[in-house]
Amino acid sequence: MALILDLAVQGAQMLLVLLLAPLLTGFVRKAKARFLRRRGPPLWQPYLDLVRLMRKDVVLAHNASWLFRVIPYLVFAATWVAVSLVPTFRTGLLFSWSADLIAIIALLGSARFFQALAGLDVGTSFGGIGSSREVMIASLAEPAMIMIVFTLALLAGSTQLSTMVGFLVSPEVGLRVSLGLALIALIMVAIAENARIPVDNPATHLELTMVHEAMVLEYSGRHLALIDLAASLKLLLYVSLIACLFAPWGIAGASAGLAALAIGAAAYVGKLAAGGFLLALFETSIAKMRVFRVPEFLGAALMLGLLATLLLFFSRSL
Amino acid sequence: MVHLALIGAAVLIAIVPVAMLMRTSSHGRPIVYGISLIVSLALLAIALLTLLGSSEAASVAVLPLGLPWLGAHFRLDALAAFFLAVVNLGCAAASLFALGYGRHEHDPQRVLPFYPAFLAGMTLVVLAADAFSFLVAWEFMSLSSWALVMAHHRVSDNARAGYIYLVMASFGTLALLLTFGLLAGPGGGYTFADMRAVPPSAGLAAAVLILALIGTGSKAGLVPLHVWLPLAHPAAPSHVSALMSGVMTKVAVYGFVRIVFDLAGEPAWWWSMVVLALGGITAVMGVLYALMQHDLKRLLAYHTVENIGIIFIGFGLALAFKAHGMPLAAALALTAGLLHVFNHSVFKSLLFFGAGAVLNATGERDMEHLGGLIHRMPQTAFVFLVGCAAISALPPLNGFVSEWLTFQAILLSPALPSWGLKFLVPAVGALLALSAALAAACFVKAFGVTFLGRPRTPAAAGAQETDALSLAAMMVLAALCLIAGILPGLFIDSLAPVVQALVGARMPVQHGVEWLSIVPVAESRSSYNGLLVFVFMVISGWLAALAIHRLASDRLRRAPPWDCGYPDPSPITQYSASSFAQPIRRVFGTMVFRARERVEMPPPGDSAPARLTVELRDLIWDVLYAPIASGVGAAATRLNALQFLTIRQFLSLVFSALVFLLLVLAIWP
Repeated sequence: MALILDLAVQGAQMLLVLLLAPLLTGFVRKAKARFLRRRGPPLWQPYLDLVRLMRKDVVLAHNASWLFRVIPYLVFAATWVAVSLVPTFRTGLLFSWSADLIAIIALLGSARFFQALAGLDVGTSFGGIGSSREVMIASLAEPAMIMIVFTLALLAGSTQLSTMVGFLVSPEVGLRVSLGLALIALIMVAIAENARIPVDNPATHLELTMVHEAMVLEYSGRHLALIDLAASLKLLLYVSLIACLFAPWGIAGASAGLAALAIGAAAYVGKLAAGGFLLALFETSIAKMRVFRVPEFLGAALMLGLLATLLLFFSRSL
Repeated sequence: MVHLALIGAAVLIAIVPVAMLMRTSSHGRPIVYGISLIVSLALLAIALLTLLGSSEAASVAVLPLGLPWLGAHFRLDALAAFFLAVVNLGCAAASLFALGYGRHEHDPQRVLPFYPAFLAGMTLVVLAADAFSFLVAWEFMSLSSWALVMAHHRVSDNARAGYIYLVMASFGTLALLLTFGLLAGPGGGYTFADMRAVPPSAGLAAAVLILALIGTGSKAGLVPLHVWLPLAHPAAPSHVSALMSGVMTKVAVYGFVRIVFDLAGEPAWWWSMVVLALGGITAVMGVLYALMQHDLKRLLAYHTVENIGIIFIGFGLALAFKAHGMPLAAALALTAGLLHVFNHSVFKSLLFFGAGAVLNATGERDMEHLGGLIHRMPQTAFVFLVGCAAISALPPLNGFVSEWLTFQAILLSPALPSWGLKFLVPAVGALLALSAALAAACFVKAFGVTFLGRPRTPAAAGAQETDALSLAAMMVLAALCLIAGILPGLFIDSLAPVVQALVGARMPVQHGVEWLSIVPVAESRSSYNGLLVFVFMVISGWLAALAIHRLASDRLRRAPPWDCGYPDPSPITQYSASSFAQPIRRVFGTMVFRARERVEMPPPGDSAPARLTVELRDLIWDVLYAPIASGVGAAATRLNALQFLTIRQFLSLVFSALVFLLLVLAIWP
């Protein structure tokens, strides 16, 4: 019985993230438009875009290889598996032990590896510029993320997300310097990883500063739909990660009843809305930076993460 | 068991004269590589039986060879069996690959006789149990591999590579000779059993550690002793490159483990700091060098340097835990290092085979002249991609597992009481994470520029898929990458006797863990299940494909590339290897390599092409090696005068030297 409930919760989470991800993207777009005094597209516009893209023909370049056609599925699968293992409304998911936080980061790394390869497949200069800048950003963002994981793992004594959340929700945590540093670093990494302003601009096309959009330029139809969905899932993953680690209130425990699950789900939706709102506010209040300023931005995140880890090596109470 | 293994090595040596006789015959290649394959498989079986078998006692043999009062001692214990397995797995794969690949060799007489000798040398190093046989086997391995590096000696760079390799190999052997001299002590106990029985004093042990690091590190490619490696490994024929990078560096790692963990007694606390710092620097420097390369085989050779760094990080952590009496954590760190030894030998051999297949098909090693090979060589492209993903530590393949275990070991290290380590270990963790991320970037470049895009030269456009035997060798290794990635518990458990013997503890048994997960310490702490991750990825990708093709559209149309409306038919408008690395070169290279970019624009109206020149300096070579080389050169010029003395001057020189030495003897207390 318990197993069936666990399985249902795990399945519900997988479906929930899939359904909520475009909504979050739409919400951020809407909020940004409102900040800019525009009316903006409706909230459900990303769903309509996905449906429209799915129905269209794929227009494939003559010299695109089999890998180019496989990669959207690979990227989507890796991202979906990663986001399914992050606690959203309930900790202790059935399969949460199959990959800890390091493995989740590495799964996202797999998705990026293949996406960057896709940028090089057709042999256009836009694809190349996107891929080469993406791996440059990743080469700093990934170690910064690992340092953040180290900080949290040293505090909680575990790299399992469920155990981490269980520790962070307990009253013994309190305010800590290392947690503050890790939070700032995590937000910086999340902005870079999701190609948001000031690192990259998700709304532009035909601009030399674009990174993610340049990489996926040759994609169309259902392939593009999958890649867009994966990008939305990744945004949801990072917002959920920040929410469950630094705002774990309301999240249901592993043995929670239906009422607690409902509270958890409501709290989760609230946290997503707050996260999306803050992201939109941040994006509208800052200008995009030059590409070669990004390493400094991410280098700062890496140093903050390293500093937090160092503090914890000297004293677990910092 | 050890007798059987020695017979195997003897068979390998016995084919050397056969190979010399048949050097020009067309049957030479299948006979030499076929017998090498069979013997390697037999040795692999012996090693696996010893490693997985229940017998605890090591098998020993003493042959009446070598020094008359010493004899030649050989011993097959768990550590030797593990490395014997790694070595012979690589040798078997290389022999299988060479059965097909060797067909394209222009000068088989320069390769065939040395190949079995090289294999025998590596096997004997692992089996040797006294200093004399170890050093003889080590030199045998070095010299036969040197001969293989010089196989194509008319290529101008190869002669230089061979010369530098010879100098560095002699230097390394000298350091090892001194190491064993110190370990043997004044009594002259040259067998490993004698050395183990009488551990050296603290001061001597420190010298042993440093000398062992120099001796084995110069063969393994630790920075700053790596300079010969990226020159020599690519110069050899590709199956030998795979052996040198994937297997011979592991023999050097074996030497390090044998000396430092087994023979040198209890480690002091600061040993780990030296090893950790060297490992971290080696990992990052190796991958940064690799990113700057556009020669495919040289890029792979620099990645060997990186992976040796990762292995040494594991060993450094194991030394730290062992010195502070934390055997369980030491077992985890040592297992991580040894598992990476196995993993690296598998995927590095695979990648060098792939590079060899590309070299055969196109005659090019320079990535700037390749491109689009995925259309012409789809199967090679697929297995090469598996190798790239594995070495980039992507789940669910095997490279991720060993790096994950290393990270878990780092997370146990705040319990270490030493303050120096508290500073160093987080920094090394950051370096490890940085090298993993940069490695992924580098392999996007290596695969993307070589196999994807449009062909940059007619040679790349006309490439043919490689032969079936070479493909079979690569397929086997690619399958091993996946198996070791999704069932790592099997490999961790088989390492248990090795780790138990060296640090006195082992990792928890992974065999009975539910769902075949791996749990390094406790389940509440961390666990990873490659199998489930793999199955989940397959299911969700397949579900997505099924749903979309059923419910939405599965139509497809071919068209010219879009490229924002400005597609250019010339393939040189694509991103090249050096333009792909340009952002990373600007971020890291300006500091590490003093990278300078110079743009020469012709004046307006002039139709000459603009030029972009990139200057990179190898600071390690400039600071460390160039002064030594010029010093030796200057001293040689100065001493050259001694060759032109008259006979009276020579006689008086000898006489005064004799008088001087007698005086020294008389004054000596």
